[in-house]
This record gives sequence, structure tokens and C-alpha cells, in this order.
Amino acid sequence: MSDAVVALRPDDRFGKMVTGISSKSFLEGLVLPAIGILVFLLVWQFAANRIDTSLGQFPGPVQVWQQVQNLAVEHQREREKETEFNQRQEERNAKKLAKNPDAVIKWRDYTGKPTFVDQIRTSLLTVATGFIIANMIAIPLGIVCGLSAGMYKAMNPIIQVFKPVSPLAWLPLVTMVVSASYTSDSPMFDKSFLNSAITVSLCCLWPTLINTTVGVAGIDRDLVNVSRVMALPWGTHIRKIVIPAAIPMIFTGLRLSLATGWMVLIAAEMLAQNPGLGKFVWDEFQNGSSDSLGRIMVAVLVIGLIGFALDKLMLTLQKHVSWDKSAVLR
Amino acid sequence: MLGRYLDITGVGIEFNTNGTKFRALQNVNLKMEKGEFVSLIGHSGCGKSTVLNIVAGLLQATEGGVALEGREVTDPGPDRAVVFQNHSLMPWLTVYENVELAVNQVFRKTKSRAERREWIEHNLALVNMDHALNKLPGEISGGMKQRVGIARCLAMQPKVLLMDEPFGALDALTRAQLQDSLMRIQAELGNTVIMITHDVDEAVLLSDRIVMMTNGPAATIGEILEVTLPRPRDRLALAEDPDFVHLRQQVLEFLYAKHVNPDSKSREPLPLHGAAEAAEGGRPSGGDRPSGGADTEAA
Repeated sequence: MSDAVVALRPDDRFGKMVTGISSKSFLEGLVLPAIGILVFLLVWQFAANRIDTSLGQFPGPVQVWQQVQNLAVEHQREREKETEFNQRQEERNAKKLAKNPDAVIKWRDYTGKPTFVDQIRTSLLTVATGFIIANMIAIPLGIVCGLSAGMYKAMNPIIQVFKPVSPLAWLPLVTMVVSASYTSDSPMFDKSFLNSAITVSLCCLWPTLINTTVGVAGIDRDLVNVSRVMALPWGTHIRKIVIPAAIPMIFTGLRLSLATGWMVLIAAEMLAQNPGLGKFVWDEFQNGSSDSLGRIMVAVLVIGLIGFALDKLMLTLQKHVSWDKSAVLR
Repeated sequence: MLGRYLDITGVGIEFNTNGTKFRALQNVNLKMEKGEFVSLIGHSGCGKSTVLNIVAGLLQATEGGVALEGREVTDPGPDRAVVFQNHSLMPWLTVYENVELAVNQVFRKTKSRAERREWIEHNLALVNMDHALNKLPGEISGGMKQRVGIARCLAMQPKVLLMDEPFGALDALTRAQLQDSLMRIQAELGNTVIMITHDVDEAVLLSDRIVMMTNGPAATIGEILEVTLPRPRDRLALAEDPDFVHLRQQVLEFLYAKHVNPDSKSREPLPLHGAAEAAEGGRPSGGDRPSGGADTEAA
């Protein structure tokens, strides 16, 4: 009576793994990318030798690698200085207290130049903040627009007009608004941090909003009808049907959004002199030493690698959250 | 006059797509008793599904109305559960969770957590799916998915069970198995059922009455055929039964001689004896889904 159990899980994929890494997959997985990188490095070196600028020759891979090491050393040195500074301060304070227990102790934070690593950290924190703010607005709004055709029609012109706006156009407005409205004696965030984060938000709002809307509007009619027949309350309908059904599209939006946010952030930092990788690039450009181009090239590569890592992070998150474990994600 | 359980009175519907009006149904009247099994049969596009959706409350009739136990139907609700053709399980919920979604909604206030759990398992056992509680729909076969879809509807304890070509997408053998399951369950629980089908044998085998619909536009009920075959019915025994063969012939005559499929209107109406063969082989292009196992067995 009962049907034969048909396993539709793609177990054969596992089978391939058990039979050993074939020479073909080894070639495709490791050797080919390695060849690609090698060829790129050679072309880079070849081209760099032929480009002379007012700041010296364009940096090749070797010079860039040297700058990576320099930046690492500078970072360490700066940290050591900070520890020393703090130690001296503690000793001084301890002495003061020993002399007079009622003495007023002052603590000054170390105010050294931010290192490359610090700049990376600031940039990541800023993009994360902007991304989270944007999507806390975009996902709920996208769900509403997807569920209600009227809401979508009302929102559509606004979305279409603001979507293509460059961050650089927003930035002066954001700066003025933040400096006018965020006034506090002991601010929790730097104004420059808020400026960058809000500019990022304004730009990475749209991909998630649009994709969520499309995902929610495209839910299988039958599933919606099942929900109507069960008379599910709207909260349950959204939690159990709308969100799971739209998850793949929401994540497509989130990934586009994070990529946009990261690109926007670098530009915003550069223009507004907000701390971060963008400012690092601009400072090096203004600095104009013979090392500058190499250091900028390091920043370029790091920006690329972080962008790549952020996308992988989202992909991993998507795999974790998605119900369809067999879906091929790339 | 007996108190009618389900009453479809003068139902008509007009669709308005981009300014052009299309009248799909006109003056559909049907009264059903509690525990009755009615099949709706007709060619593609004749508005069978529209009738079902109006009863379900998913579509609103332009004129006329539906009353269930004397109360007018205005919205969809769990008292008129629908089994959709392509199972319509949530692919992200397990078999158990799919039924649970319905049960939690219907019995949230009247059953305890333990009772609900028992009720879900009981209903899945009814359709022989209690062995796959934690499987996702993607991991089970089409027939099994449809079993779960039926269990989900049974678990809502609907006053009327509406089935929209429930076995249309299944292969012949699976379809026969599910028809037998449905007959067993309906005999046991006494459900009131409206089922849409393309399959003449399925209609004759399962129904108390067969409602045959004319072709659209402005489709309506053409004839109603009483199926007085004694229950329980056995498909093998019935294949040879002269009453069964006669009933089957009457449905075929309606479908293929009196109301030829609109897609094949250019053809001559088929002579009566050729009708059965027409159902088997000479199916018009773009027409109905191939009919199921019962057809092959009976032919």
C-alpha cells in the first residue's frame, strides 16, 4: 500500500567525494586558479616595470609585498607604543596616589596615528552598522511591498528614483544633518562614523528592498491559498510561509546590498575624510612618498579580499538559514 | 424538504481581465447531503476549479451564493479544506510540521499540546504516512506528498473536503492506491467530499453522484448521474460489472459525444462505441491530462 521510499537527497554527490578526489577535480579546484594567479602576477610585474609615475615606478608584486610587511611592522610598533604609554601613565598615577590618596587621577587615552589594521577595523565596523540599519528597514518594508500591490505601487517611484543615486551625492546632506541633529556632550559614536554608516545605509537599502519585494510577491499562489484556507493569522502567515518562501531572494538582496555597501563605504571615507580604508588610501595619495603607491596597492588588494570574504560570509549564512540544502548556491 | 448540508444556488462568475469581461460560470445549482461524495467532471477550462474555489471561498461569485449548514460562505476557512492538485506542502516544513501548521491553527484552543500531537500522528497514520514524520516534502515521492496533503486537510476536520484533481499529477498505480485509500477513509469518517477529476473511472468508482459540466464560456451543470453501486466498491470486481460499465459509458457519452472538448470541435462527434477508445488514445492535443490506472484496467 505505502509507496516506496524515494530518497531525493543528492547523496550521489557524497559518493563522488568517497571515491577519492579525481585528478580532474584536483586540476579544476587548485591548479587552474593557481595558474590564473601566477599569470596575473607576471602580467602585473611586466606592466609595472613599464609604468613610471611622478611618485616613481608603479609597484609590482614584490614592492607590494614589502609594503604589506612594513604595514604589519608599523602596526606592531604602534601597539607597543600604546602599551608603553599606558604603563607610564599607570605608574605615574600609582605614584601620585601613594603620595596623596585623595589626588585626582586623570586618564588619557593613547592618541597615536591609526594603523592600517585599525583602519580596516573601522571600515568593517562602519559597513556592518550601515548594512544592519539598512536591512532592518529594507526587509520589513520589502515584505510589506511584496504582500500589498497597492503599497508596491506607492513605493515604486521612490525606489526607482533613489536607487541609482551615488553615495557622494548623499554625503554632504548626511554630514550636515548629522552635525545638526547629533549633538551630545559625550557622544557614543563619532560623527564621521555616523556619516559613513548612514551613507552606506542609504545606498545598500535598495537591493534588499527590491529583491525582498520580488521574492515575497512571487510566492506560489497555491501556498498562499493553503494559508488562506487554514485562515492563518498574518503573523503566522509571514513567519511560516512568506519569509521561508522569500529567503533565497532576500539573501540575493542581502549579498548585493553588502557588496554595494562595501564599495560605497570606501568612496565615502575618501571624500569625507572619515576614518577607514578610504581615508588610508587618500592619506597615502596626499603623502606622496615613494612607498605610497605600493601602500595604496596593498589597500586595493585588501579591499578586494575583504569584499570577497564578506560575500562568502553571506553565502555561508544563507546555506545555514536556507531550508533547501540541496540548492546550488554560488 | 430535507435540510440541505451544502447548498450552491444560482452561482455565476464573471472575470474582468484588462477590461474584457469573461463569463466563466452561469447558474450553477447543486445541493449536497452530509457524507455525500460528489465528483465534478468536464473538459479543461469548463470552470470545475472555479466552482470549487467559490465553495472554498477563494473566489467570490458574481451572483448566487454558497451556504454550508445554512450559513453563507464568504471567506476561505478550515471547515472547507482544499486538497490542491500539486500537493502544496510547504517545502521548508517536515511532513509532521506541515500537518501541525493546520492543526495548531484549528485546534489551538480546544486541544492540549499532547492531544494535538496525537491527532497529527493519527491523521498521518490514516494515510499511511506515519513512517515519515520528519522527512521534508523534497525527500518523499509525489504520491506520498499527496497523502500528506490529504492528511493535512483531514486533520482540520472540515465540514466539506474539497479536492481539486487530487490525483491528476500521479502515475496510474499510485493513483489507484490513493483512490483506494480515499475510499477507505471516506467510508470510515463519512466525509462530505467534492472532487474534481478528469478521470471517468475515478469518478464512477468513488462518487455517489457525478456532476457533469458543459463547456465554457458560461459553463453550467449539464447532467447529474447517480452512482448507485453498493459500497464498499472493489475496482477489480467492478471492471466487469455491467452497472459500472453502463455508468462509465454514460459519462463518456456526455463528455465525448454531447459536449465535445472545445479544442477538438472541428472533429466529428464520436459515435458512441468509439467513445471509450477516444478516451484512451485519440486525446485531443492540449487537452486533458492522461487518465489513470482505472482506465487501463477497465478497458
